[in-house]
Amino acid sequence: MEYIIIIVSAIFVNNILLAQFLGICPFLGVSNKLSTATGMSGAVCFVITLATVVTYLLNKYLLVPFELEYLQTIAFILVIAALVQMVEIVLKKISPSLYQALGIFLPLITTNCAVLGVAITVVTKEFTFGDASHMLNLGQAVVYAIATSIGYGLAMILFAGLREHLAMNDVPKSFKGLPIALITVSIMAMAFLGFSGIV
Amino acid sequence: MVLCLTGVCLVCAAILGGVNALTTNPIKEAAKKALVESIAKVLPEGGNLSDAQSAEGIDEYYVSSADTTVLAYAVKSTTIGFGGPLTVMVGVLPDGTVYNTSVLAHSETPGLGAKCTSDEGFMNQWKNFGPEKVLKVKKDGGDVDAITASTITSRAYTVAVEQAVNFVKSLNKQEE
Amino acid sequence: MSKFSLITDGFVKNNPTFVLVLGMCPTLATTTSAMNGLEMGLATLFVLVLSNIVISLISPMVPDKVHIPVYIVVIATFVTVLQLLLQAYLPSVYQTLGLFIPLIVVNCIVLGRAEAFANKNTVGDSALDGIGIGLGFTLSLTVIGIVREILGSGSIFGWKFIPGDGILAFVMAPGAFMVLGYLMVLFNKFAKKN
Repeated sequence: MEYIIIIVSAIFVNNILLAQFLGICPFLGVSNKLSTATGMSGAVCFVITLATVVTYLLNKYLLVPFELEYLQTIAFILVIAALVQMVEIVLKKISPSLYQALGIFLPLITTNCAVLGVAITVVTKEFTFGDASHMLNLGQAVVYAIATSIGYGLAMILFAGLREHLAMNDVPKSFKGLPIALITVSIMAMAFLGFSGIV
Repeated sequence: MVLCLTGVCLVCAAILGGVNALTTNPIKEAAKKALVESIAKVLPEGGNLSDAQSAEGIDEYYVSSADTTVLAYAVKSTTIGFGGPLTVMVGVLPDGTVYNTSVLAHSETPGLGAKCTSDEGFMNQWKNFGPEKVLKVKKDGGDVDAITASTITSRAYTVAVEQAVNFVKSLNKQEE
Repeated sequence: MSKFSLITDGFVKNNPTFVLVLGMCPTLATTTSAMNGLEMGLATLFVLVLSNIVISLISPMVPDKVHIPVYIVVIATFVTVLQLLLQAYLPSVYQTLGLFIPLIVVNCIVLGRAEAFANKNTVGDSALDGIGIGLGFTLSLTVIGIVREILGSGSIFGWKFIPGDGILAFVMAPGAFMVLGYLMVLFNKFAKKN
């Protein structure tokens, strides 16, 4: 039951893009085409999940026991940067086709605040289940990370679909490009607000 | 190359260690000050404050007394709000009247539930909230005015106050 | 390029929000009121100026291959310093901005200015550039915050002048995107002409 709550709330209610505002830059940057949006979502999903597991363990077994919590930000960002590099190298060797699909997005992910945002949220925020709240355990953290990145992909792909149509329409000059895109996101966010009653 | 990166990391870690050592005490003091201020806000003036005491159903409580008579209790009570835990300091008189309340920590939505720390109508209704009134939001048939569009936060806040009041009542029963 | 224009460029010509479109996450998330926007802007300004100064000092010594990790470490250090200082001396600000303080590390503005400006300019110029871009960012965030606060709560900087509750959607997520979108339209229409 807890897992279902985490999944539904991470994908719909607290959608990382539309409700938490994390990872907006790449969201606006690569959502021009459906295919690149799909590639980016895949890469983000991969890195968020991996980074969450590593930073969770790092925090629990290294930073907390030695009272080094103040090094959290710096340690997490280094782990993420190193991880992205590693994924890039490994993918290049093992699966060149996947590397071709995700390759160009990987370096961008280090500065995608969704990754660092999820990693920090998981180790600092208490989550609510029914009438109690507590920190996530490793299993829940992984589920939360995967669900969050599915939410990221969902919003990204939906928006890319809309934006492809938008590009063909005749909009006033000052609205062209980002402004009309932002207004479209706003309407999408409004639609997602409708989910807030279900958990 | 590696040397440079290691060097930078070492220098940065040293700087952070230093800043951390310098700020540890101020951070603790800031937290303590916030606690003391919130206790002072929810209790009537005068009276000596006891140390923190723990009890079931609430986080902890403080007793304010003059000589041997108890003037009031400051009860720290936590419930689940909309965005996460909501911790409220509640001042309760021995007869069960709420003297005043103050939010210690919350993670409610800014502009909505977070108004529980700024909405004057909501905050002021807790001053001298008598035991004859019902601790439920008006939507649920009680006497508490909810914050507009933030029923969940208002309910959670009410539950926190209710926990505190019930705790004081149970203390009274023990003494009788 | 005069020293003065280094600062003023950040306001209109290189405005980080409306022209460079960088650092969107804090821009949208922390502007629920004018005060929050201002606080976030100043926090970013602090990190931006200090990291620009240090990076312009050390960049000649850093080998090309590792320059990005080194910059990130420097930025993360200043962010953590800021985090600790806020926690100690301004706990209420720390609580409002929450997660978005550590996230300054991945704010593209900071790393972007390090890459685009600080590593090839003098210390003085880099500091001025940091101040200019930081003030431009603060200004945009405050403006967005003011608009959202007026529409959403009927007040400015906490001073209430319209009775009632305002349009709640503007305090919540959709309003953030909408206000930013329409402000960008106005900016395109009037400021970009010059």
